[in-house]
Parts: sequence; structure tokens; C-alpha cells
Amino acid sequence: MNGDTLIGLALLIPLIGAVFIPLTAWNPNLRETVTLLTAASLFFMVAAMAMRVLDGARPELEVLEVLPGLRLAFEVEPLGMLFACVASTLWIVNSIYSIGYMRGNNEPRQTQFYVCFAVALASTMGIAFAANLFTLFLFYEVLTLSTYPLVTHKADENAINGGRVYLLILLGTSMVLLLPAIVATAVIAGTLDFAPGGILSGKADGAMVGMLLALFMFGIGKAALMPFHRWLPAAMVAPTPVSALLHAVAVVKAGVFTAMKVVLYVFGIDLLAGSGQNDWLIFLASASLLIGSLVALTKDNLKARLAYSTVSQLAYVVLGAALATSWGVIGGSMHIAMHAVGKITLFFCAGAIYTAAHKTEVSELTGLGRTMPFTFAAFLIGSLSIIGLPPFGGVWGKWYLALGALDAGHVIVVAVLMISSLLNIAYLLPIPLKAFFGGTAAAGRPAKIKEAPLPCLIAIGLTSLGCLLLFFYPGVILQLLQLIPLR
Amino acid sequence: MREHLPALQVVIPLLGAVICAFLRRGNLAWALALAISLIMPVVAGLLLQQVLSSGPISYEMGGWEPPFGIEYRVDVVNAFVLFLVSIIGAVIMPYARLSVAAEIAPERVPWFYTMYLLCLCGLLGITITNDAFNAFVFLEVSSLSTYTLIALGKDRRALLAAYQYLIIGTIGATFYVVGVGFLYTMTGTLNLSDIAGRIGSIENSRPILAGLAFLTVGISLKLALFPLHLWLPNAYAYAPSTATAFLSATATKVAVYLLLRFLFSVFGVGFVFNELPVSEVLLLLSLAAMFGASIVAVFQENIKRMLAYSSVAQIGYITLGVALANKSGLTGGIVHLFNHALMKGGLFLVMGAIVYRIGSVKIDDLAGIGRQMPLTMCAFVVAGLSIIGAPGTVGFISKWYLAAGSLELGLWWLAFLIVISSLISVVYIGRVVEAAWFREPSAAARKAKEPPLSMMGPMLLLVASTIYFGIDTQLTAGIAARAADILLMGLK
Repeated sequence: MNGDTLIGLALLIPLIGAVFIPLTAWNPNLRETVTLLTAASLFFMVAAMAMRVLDGARPELEVLEVLPGLRLAFEVEPLGMLFACVASTLWIVNSIYSIGYMRGNNEPRQTQFYVCFAVALASTMGIAFAANLFTLFLFYEVLTLSTYPLVTHKADENAINGGRVYLLILLGTSMVLLLPAIVATAVIAGTLDFAPGGILSGKADGAMVGMLLALFMFGIGKAALMPFHRWLPAAMVAPTPVSALLHAVAVVKAGVFTAMKVVLYVFGIDLLAGSGQNDWLIFLASASLLIGSLVALTKDNLKARLAYSTVSQLAYVVLGAALATSWGVIGGSMHIAMHAVGKITLFFCAGAIYTAAHKTEVSELTGLGRTMPFTFAAFLIGSLSIIGLPPFGGVWGKWYLALGALDAGHVIVVAVLMISSLLNIAYLLPIPLKAFFGGTAAAGRPAKIKEAPLPCLIAIGLTSLGCLLLFFYPGVILQLLQLIPLR
Repeated sequence: MREHLPALQVVIPLLGAVICAFLRRGNLAWALALAISLIMPVVAGLLLQQVLSSGPISYEMGGWEPPFGIEYRVDVVNAFVLFLVSIIGAVIMPYARLSVAAEIAPERVPWFYTMYLLCLCGLLGITITNDAFNAFVFLEVSSLSTYTLIALGKDRRALLAAYQYLIIGTIGATFYVVGVGFLYTMTGTLNLSDIAGRIGSIENSRPILAGLAFLTVGISLKLALFPLHLWLPNAYAYAPSTATAFLSATATKVAVYLLLRFLFSVFGVGFVFNELPVSEVLLLLSLAAMFGASIVAVFQENIKRMLAYSSVAQIGYITLGVALANKSGLTGGIVHLFNHALMKGGLFLVMGAIVYRIGSVKIDDLAGIGRQMPLTMCAFVVAGLSIIGAPGTVGFISKWYLAAGSLELGLWWLAFLIVISSLISVVYIGRVVEAAWFREPSAAARKAKEPPLSMMGPMLLLVASTIYFGIDTQLTAGIAARAADILLMGLK
């Protein structure tokens, strides 16, 4: 099979799954088998493609030209490859988890849930492999729309309001800011195709670069750069598997991935660094990073705390892009993968806690570690990875980001990274610690273990293991990221 | 036979209407209307193909040479509009039988189809003729039949709406004919090409300016340019569903075509847009429509009325493209003419299906209907996304051209206003979607089920085409770009 076919299959497989899931709705076991099979085959396609990309191949697929200059086309480059790998791998784990969660909580409309999930993954693949801004924008919007029914899954007042915020901010930023930026790029550069070194270099300068950069960075609402981050906490009304895969991995990473891609292939890091317009973005990303952490400290609701933590962690990636140095790009991109595995673990744990103990607030978790030791052990691992401590994968993203900051001569950014790590410790670590050691143990008899359903635990175990493995084997990712053409 | 295609375009529906008037059975009248509606796109398609391959066609009605006789002239611009009008008719007619039977008293059903055919004849006539006065005649044919179509609505308020439209429409027609009178006095001809040829030396004379003003205002009334749109919301809200769908997709579009013809082909770009402030005025009014009407739409409880206000806003996009008067902008305006017909036609067909099932289009009565009529409401969502302009739908194509057109002129603020106004449509479409999918089912909605196949088919076809033409734009944007070229060159 050649690379072009693989792209087509990677896009089609989730869609085919989305067709077969409702057809098998009469038998939930069969339906979930379809989801798992779809996820597994998608993973194999993506993995096969990753091999080729590591060997230096760049598969391409041109579908059609919608308007003159507006092509629906795909081209795989290393950064998109990494994003696709992360999303498709975690989809398998998340599907296992979903089975336990959705059944454990007797959620309604599970068929619709799995269908929307498959469509969301298809659009994630579209984003990862897009060869130009138009294709990327198309799938970006499909992703927003296909996740809206997932956010409003509960269909109660809260869910509807959350859905409104979600839709209005994501559609609003993309339509009002991102779309004009894309049209302007087309008018100025005469093309929308991503190209190493940037399509705007030599075509735009000074204030125009600054304006376009602002339009792009704020327009990519999925990157949750402050002040357009409100949709992310609002999306937490969704069932936890949605928060885990979509609002810690696919959707938000699609945002920062797009931001990174725009910096690399639309502006080009030389143009950005040369124009000096990236300074405000470094400042803004740093602010978003710190404020997100500070807000997370104040949240008692576990998922809200994790959501603000995500806001803060996403800013790392934007920061990496804004630094516009090769280590910054590598650090930011690596953080996409590292944070994904860590944060999905934390969300899995939050969902497991909800399923097993029906607790949602941090303050209610004291002592719960005695009845759910496995979940809270995993929570500890996830937290340590997010904080960036060895031996967990999260350390690498921050390491290379710090290198990038020093490279660009922004010592203060290194300080920001340090402070942020301290804040991470402050809002994450107390949760597992209090769960294990807080409160008073019932005298005499040992606490009875009551964990979430088995599929949930399997998923949690896998991602925790992932955090650990990524520390020891970041080489493949680094190898992939070093293939990113910077000029 | 082939050389008489332009005449057939008008004669077939006209004869059909006459025969239809003598039929006393509703189904028979429907069958005739259906047959004619299915023939028309074939004729229009052949014309379009001929024009695309071998240039404009001139047809002398009755063998009288222009400028003495009436000339029918087909070029890419009006062939495109002819095709649009006739294809919409063909898609809607299969749908009409059940919907019309449910909404109109049986003894009046044959009249409905008679009026529909007359209206079709009038609209096609306005589009194809190259004679200013002949256009007026067809304008009246289409208008008078439209008043009747609206008045046939079940709701008694339809009568008032039709009356309101009658008054405003008549004023519009009068303005139009006064404008034509001025042109005739100064140039001594009614043939549009002829007028265009003679107007150059006297274009700054006062009667010509007055003529331009009268024509523009008169046609703007017909196309419901803000603030001359007051007749439209009631007319669309209370007319029979089939009539609303047909009119919203065709009537205003033909009026836009007429405006394009006069501004670009007769008066000329240089005169209208460079020497007169038409561009500025049109731009302001378009923006007022895009924002004003969209905001009003948000507060409507009757969804047909909401969609009617949305139409006023969408017409604003079309006239905005006209006001930009550059290649991208004009292409955007023309392609939106087609695209909006598809999406709004589709949306009104959805509404017709809901009326057929629950007899109401109040937003509260639609609560929870998504679970009972999932396909119908999915169609609503998709067509709604087109209105919003999501990528992959036709709405995006139009918006892209309009935004590109403004940026090419360096008008950043205008590009932003275009996209911001489309955000308002998220709110009004979203209101319906939320009610239909998330609220507890109303008593009416609980009993609802999907409409019969004959209604479902046309509805899904139109809605699917909003996706298809959002991705494959060769037919739509490709022709629109050629039409824009022709208009910008003028009719010389």
C-alpha cells in the first residue's frame, strides 16, 4: 500500500466506523466491537504511515480543487504525523475506557456518542494531514460541530448552556478571526499551501505580520489562548471520556497544532523572529500559562481544575511556537504528545472516581485513596508527568522548551516555566496525597476496595504506563520532530 | 427546434397556465405543473450549454428585428439565472402535491398551480428578455400571480400579507416603468443593448440620472433590499409552504438579476460605480440588511418568519457583492444568488414538512421534534450550516468570495463585518436546533413522524446540493465568475 492510499484510509476508516456503529446499535457489544476495530485499524494505518515518514517519505493526496487556489489536499509532514499518532493511539485506549464509563453510568444515547466520536476522530486526522489552510479550516470546523453533540450529551440545562459557550466561542473565533486571516493570507501570499519557511516570507512584513499573527493566534480558539479559553471549562459538562480524549487531546491539540503549523509553514520562524512580532505572543502565552495555573488552584471541581490546567499547558505549546527557535518548536511539539498522555490519565481517573464513588469535587476526595488505590496511584503518575518530573514523559517537553527559551535569549521565560511547574505541584499533588493520607482511616478493619469497572482500569493502567515509557523512549518522537523542515 | 429554445422558455409555462386554469381536478393540475416544471430545466440547461460553448444567443420574437421587435437575449449571466429558476421549480413540484393538498382548500388547488405556472413564466420572462418594457410586463405577470399565491395561504393573515405586498409591489412596478419611461424619452429605444449603446454620450443628463434612480428603487422594492423589504417577512411567513420555498429561491433572485442587468450592462460600471455614489449607498444598505434583519430574525417565534428575515439578510450579501463591483465581489454576489436559493429553498421545504406533520412552525411547538423527525431536522441543521457559512457548504463559497473581494480592495473592516454578521445566524439557527433536539417534546411534536417520501426526496435533494456545490463549485462559482466578467465588461 502506498502512502497516498494510507491517507485516504486514515480519513475514511473512522467514517466507515461511524456508518457501522448505528447499524449495529441493536447489540451494544457488537457496536463497541465496531468502535474498537475502527480505532485499531486507524492506529495501524497511522503507524504504517509513521514508518514511511520517519524514512523521509511525504505522502500526498489531492482530492479536488474547490475554487481556484482552494484545494482539498493532504500532505503528511512530521508534526502532523506526531499529532495523528497521539490521537489515534489514545483513541483505542479511550474507547476501552468509554465502554466502562458509559455503561457504568448508564448514559443515554450511547450510539450517538460513539458515532460523534468517530466523526471527531476523522476530522482530527483531516486536520493532522491537511496540506493547506483551507483543508485544515474545513476539518477544524467539522471537529467543532461533531463534538457539539458530545458536549451537550446530557441534554440538561447545564449541558445546553455549556454547549452554547462552546459553539459560540469556537465558531466565533474561527469565523470572525481565523477566516479573515486565511482569506488575507490567500490574497497576500497567493497560495494557502503549507510550505517550509512560510508562504508569507517576503510577502508581508512589520505590522501586517503582527496583525495576521494576532488574527491567527486568537482565531484558533481551540488553542484556548486567553482570553478565548472559556469554552474549555464549559466543555467539561460532557461525559468524561469526551473531556479525556477530545478536550485534553484531539480538540485542544488540534488548536495548538494548528498554531504551530501556522508559525512554521505560513509565517516561517525566520520571518516571525525577524519581525519581532513574536514578543507579544511570548508574553501573552506566558501570561496565559501562569493565569491558567492560578485559576486551577482556586477550582474545587476536579474536572474544572483539570480544564484550567489544560489551558495553562496548551500555552506551553503556543509559547514554543512563539519562541520561533528550533528547540522551541521541538519542545512545544513534544509537549503536545507528553501532555496528552499525562492529561488523559488524569481525566480517566476523574471519570473513574465519578463512576465508582460519584464524587466530583476535590474536597470530597480526602481519604478516597484507600478505597480506590489504583486510580489514585495513576492520578499521582499523571500529575508527576504534567508537573514535569522524572521518570515521566512530561519532563522532556519542558526541557526542550527551556532550551528554546535560552536559545532565543528569553531567560525570563525559563523562570516562567519554573514557576508554572511549582504551581502545577500546588494544584495537582495535594489531590492524590490527601486521598491516600488525609482523613481518618476506619479503625480496625481495612477499607474495602471499590474501583471503577475493569475497562476503565485497563485504560488508566495503559496511559500511566505510557507516561513512564515516554520518559525512557522519547527518541522516536525527537527523531520525528527533528525532521520538521524549519526553512 | 433548437433555435426556438428561448421562446419555449416562456411559452411553455404560459400555455400551461392557460390549460391549467381550465382543469378542475387538483391532481390533474399538479401533474401538468409537474410535467412543465420538469421540461423547463432541460430547456434552460440546453440554453446554458449553448451559451457556454458558443456565446450569447439573440432571438427575435415573432421574427421582428430588434430594436423594433422584442429581442430575447441569452448570455452566461441570465442563462445561469434561467437554469436556477427552472431547476428549483423542478425540484419543488414533486413536493408540492401533498403539501398543497394539506394547506389549500381542494377547490382552489388548480388555481394554485395555475398561478405557480404564471409566476414561473413571469420570472423566466424577466430573465430572458432584452427589452425593458417586456421585462415590465413579465414583472407584472410574476407579481400578480405571486400576490395570489400568497393569498392562498391557510392563515387569514395571508390575505393581509398579500395585500401589503400588492401595494408595495405596485409602487415598485410603477417606479420601474417610470424609470423605463425616462430612458425611452432620452434614447428612443426599449432594447437594453440599444439603450446601452446610446446612453454613453448623455449619461450625465438629468433624465438619465432620474431614470437610474427610479429603476434602482423600483427593482430594490422587488428584491427586498433593506429598508424596502417590509413586504417580505409577512408574505413568506403566511404563504403556503410550497409557494414560500419557490418564491424565496427564485423571485428575489430574478429581481437581483434585473438590477445587475441595468447597473452593469445598461448604465455601465464606469458610470454607476465610479461617477455616482451607488457603491457606497448599496454597501451601507447591504450592511444594514445583514445586521438589522439578522438581529430581528433572532427574536422571531415563527420560524418561517425568522427564515424570511434571514432572507433579507442574505440578500444583503448578494447586494454587497454587487456594491464591491470587482471580480471577486461580483462573483460572490452571483454565486450567492444560486447558493442562497438552494439553502433557503431547502429550509422552507423542511418547514413545509413540519407544517404537514404538526401544522405549526412556532419554535415552541417544535420542541423535541428532532427525535421524531431526525432526518428532517438533520436537513435543517445542514442547510442551517450553509446559512452560517461553515466550510464544506455553499455558504462558505459565497463568503469566501465576498471576503476576498473586500480584502482585494483593502477593506479589512468590511471583511470583518461580513464574518461577524454571519455569526448572528449561528444564534437564530442555533435556537431552532436547541429547541428541536434538547427540549422536552411538545404535545404536537410527540405525534410527529417523518414526512412522506415525495416530500422528503426534494427536501433532501436541495439540502444535499448545498453540500455538493460547497465542494464541487465548477458549475456554480465557475459560471458565476464568467458572468461577473461579462457584467464588468458591459453589454457592448
